[in-house]
Amino acid sequence: MHIVVCIKQVPDSAQIRVHPVTNTIMRQGVPTIINPYDLYALEEALRLRDQHGGEVTVLTMGPPNAEDTLRKALTFGADRAVLLTDRFFAGSDTLATSFALSSAIAKVAQVYGAPDIVFTGKQTIDGDTAQVGPGIAKRLKLLQLTYVSRIADLDLAGRTISVERRSEGGVQQLRTTLPALITMLEGTNDMRRGTMKDALRAARAEVVIWSAKDAGIEDLTKCGLRGSPTVVKRVFAPGPRAEKAEMIEITPAARDTADSLLDAIFSRQPKLEADIAAAQAAL
Amino acid sequence: MTEAPKPAAPAAAGSRASMKKELPEHFKAYKHVWVYVEVERGQVHPVSFELLGEGRKLANKLGVDLAAVVIGPPDEGTRTAVAETFCYGADLAYLVEDPLLTHYRNEPYTRALTDVVNTYKPEILLLGATTLGRDLAGSVATTLLTGLTADCTELDVDADASLAATRPTFGGSLLCTIYTLNFRPQMATVRPRVMAMPERVEKPVGRVITHKLDMVEDDIVTKILSFIPDRDAGKANLAYADIVVAGGLGLGGAENFQLVKGLARVLGAEYGCSRPVVQKGWQPYERQIGQTGKTIRPKLYIAAGISGAIQHRVGVEGADLIVAINTDKNAPIFDFAHVGLVTDAVRFLPALTDAFIRRLSPHNRDRLAG
Repeated sequence: MHIVVCIKQVPDSAQIRVHPVTNTIMRQGVPTIINPYDLYALEEALRLRDQHGGEVTVLTMGPPNAEDTLRKALTFGADRAVLLTDRFFAGSDTLATSFALSSAIAKVAQVYGAPDIVFTGKQTIDGDTAQVGPGIAKRLKLLQLTYVSRIADLDLAGRTISVERRSEGGVQQLRTTLPALITMLEGTNDMRRGTMKDALRAARAEVVIWSAKDAGIEDLTKCGLRGSPTVVKRVFAPGPRAEKAEMIEITPAARDTADSLLDAIFSRQPKLEADIAAAQAAL
Repeated sequence: MTEAPKPAAPAAAGSRASMKKELPEHFKAYKHVWVYVEVERGQVHPVSFELLGEGRKLANKLGVDLAAVVIGPPDEGTRTAVAETFCYGADLAYLVEDPLLTHYRNEPYTRALTDVVNTYKPEILLLGATTLGRDLAGSVATTLLTGLTADCTELDVDADASLAATRPTFGGSLLCTIYTLNFRPQMATVRPRVMAMPERVEKPVGRVITHKLDMVEDDIVTKILSFIPDRDAGKANLAYADIVVAGGLGLGGAENFQLVKGLARVLGAEYGCSRPVVQKGWQPYERQIGQTGKTIRPKLYIAAGISGAIQHRVGVEGADLIVAINTDKNAPIFDFAHVGLVTDAVRFLPALTDAFIRRLSPHNRDRLAG
């Protein structure tokens, strides 16, 4: 069995700071991490490999230093890492990203064998769109299983997979055929601690580095800025609300401050008092 | 695995915007605003009505029609859904009815929506950013090779009639406005509760254009084995609560959430938290408020020890009254709160809870205080 896991290097969001004057992101010194949602996908892939045998290839598109992210994935136990990096990919939106990644997966299939399953995380913590997984599925004609909370059964001989999928108002149990693309829901497993053996192997392992040409991409107009139908016109911070906040004076007795706050709340929302009283009566 | 915040955002934005050309000839026939109406088990998801309200405004600005697209099985629920869309502002509805569409599956729903778009050519297509809507939107946009902007917090029409879709970016620390300039339709998703629910006005069913699903069951590979409904489905929840009390890192520790819950209980409110609180493991994800958590529109929102990052702001701005309690007088939450207190929430919340008990429930005082 061959599984490809798509991961992304993202800035550690807890450390992002916005420049107070220019409203741009201050990226200097912000550490990068594997997109946390991707870890659930990676762990699920490793579990399936441990149960059924085969190989896990991790794939990312990003700047040259995204190699660090791939090496981290190798320490968890991935068998192979491929970095897709090229200046032609700069400025890719989700459509261009799914084109590049699906091209690379097709190349991976040629070189290392066709994947039975492609995994992605539910979404990233920086873009938050959840669109690239479905985009890859559509381009590679993989059956699409998003928001998967559990893999109930994998039948490699029969070429079928059964999963539980989070849907609106409940859980769908689905069965489909391989090859499939799965986006894994968060909280569905716990990432393993890599073994010492894997750590040593990861340190020495060669990360496969592909340019657009290496990945077999001929049509560069589908890549990067040129291949992106969406255009970011403006990045900005919202201004303060026109009406300034009414600041409640802090008095030495918290009790008096609290009473002032209640006066402010009920003078602005007079009906709330009756609503809350009714809710309390119903308790 | 998603849209990359570009390292060189300002420069890149400039060069992209300057790439705008005349809209290609074959896209000029694309007209009207569409809303995909999400129906599952006979129920319309409220986000679809919220989007009809927003779509109505866009259609009026453009001077075009607002159409609803309903996809589902031939039954009472689907027909009711079609009728309801007119009460929420649709001028016409497109309907794809087939027993194969009884439950949501990516393959037939993608085919149905893609076919209707290719046949009737809308300029704007809006979907709810639910698990269903996100699953469907990504597939449809990739099939059509057009732009899709996820989780928009504001939609508008520019002077040149293109859709200006604003959403948080860089992990919710800034906002950006995104255009799909040279492709049609311009697609966008919006999370539930981000847009206001429009008023329902009784209207007769208008023009309904039916479209046939060009598939048979054998064409569909994925089979549904069963559906397990959530046990708490239909119960009042955070997104629809009238009063919400939430805590942030300013509470200092997981144990202090007792103070938030205590106040919520006295107010008959739901409680929630900010994103860092979930990242710290103090509260589960279901309680997260903000762009990647729940969007709320309560009558009263009390934020205790929350600094008010943009990703939080976009999730609470629909509240009628925002009260912020924070020790830092420069915290961004005071930029959008209506009423503010610069004080330590951990010390203040017990006094506030007590004040509500004294004011509101002379009869229940002892019980509530316990």
